[in-house]
Amino acid sequence: MVQYTPARLDDSFAALSDATRRGVLEQLGRSDASITDLAEKFHMTLTGMKKHVGVLEETGLVTTEKVGRVRTCKLGPRRLEKETAWLERYRRLWDARFDELDKVVDQLKRKEKTDGRTKRE
Amino acid sequence: MDAPRESEPTHMKNRTTVERKSERELVVTRTINGPVRLVFEAWTKPELFRQWWVPKSMGMSLLSCEMDVRVGGRYRLEFAHGDSQSAFFGTYKEVTPHSRLVWTNEESDEGSVTTVTFAEKGGKTLLVMHELYPSKEALDAAGTGAADAMGETFEQLDELLVTLGASVGRS
Repeated sequence: MVQYTPARLDDSFAALSDATRRGVLEQLGRSDASITDLAEKFHMTLTGMKKHVGVLEETGLVTTEKVGRVRTCKLGPRRLEKETAWLERYRRLWDARFDELDKVVDQLKRKEKTDGRTKRE
Repeated sequence: MDAPRESEPTHMKNRTTVERKSERELVVTRTINGPVRLVFEAWTKPELFRQWWVPKSMGMSLLSCEMDVRVGGRYRLEFAHGDSQSAFFGTYKEVTPHSRLVWTNEESDEGSVTTVTFAEKGGKTLLVMHELYPSKEALDAAGTGAADAMGETFEQLDELLVTLGASVGRS
C-alpha cells in the first residue's frame, strides 16, 4: 500500500496550497495536457508552469512523459483519496491535544519551581 | 492561581506526526517540553488528563473522567457534543511509570489497543503513541470519526480531494 509518511503528507499539502497547482490537477483530471497547453490555459510562462508541474511531480500527484519535443503531463500514480484528508485531520486532532498537554506540563514545571524544595523529598 | 506571567514567549511549537504503519496501525509522535515524570503525571492523573485530552477545537466537552491507572484498572471518559453524549472506556494492560502505558478500548468489538511510550531526552519527552486495530475497517471507521470531530477546517480541501479522487478513478 502507499505509505503516507509525514513528509509526503506535508509535501502534498504544500503542493495543494497553490491555486494554480490545484487548477492544474483538476485540468489533468479531465484530460492529459502538455506543459505548453497548461501554460496557455493558466496564462503563465513556460518556465513558471514547469516549476508548478515539477512540484506536483515530486509528490507523485503528476507524472510527465516526453514524446518527441512535447512533454505531456497526466495525473500520477499517487491516489488522492479521502485517506489523505483524514490522516491530516487526525494529525490536527492530536496536534491540538498535545499543544494542550504542553501547556499542562508547563504549568507543572512552574509549580515545581515555585514550590521549590519544600515539596521535594 | 498564579499571577499571569505572559512576558516570555515560551517555546517553539513542536511537531506532531501521524503515520499509517499498516492497514491496522497508526503511529503518532510528538515531543513535549518537559521531563518524563511530569508528562507521565499528566497522562495518569485524571484532574490533569482532563485539562488537555479534549481541546476546544474538538467541539466536545468532557463530562466525566475516571481513571484507575494500574494493570487491570479501568478508565471511563464521557463526552457531550451538541445534544448527544458518548463514552469511551477500557482497561489498562500495562503501566510502567515514566516509560510505558498500554490500554484497550472496549466500546465495541472493534476497539483498538493503544501503547504509549515515553522517552526523555534533554529535559524533553518524546511520545510515541501506537494504535493497533483489529481490522482495516475498524481503523478507517475510528480514524474518520476522530477526524470528523475536528470540524470544518478541512472541508474545503476534502471537497477538492473528492473531486480529484473521482477524476483519478476515471482513468
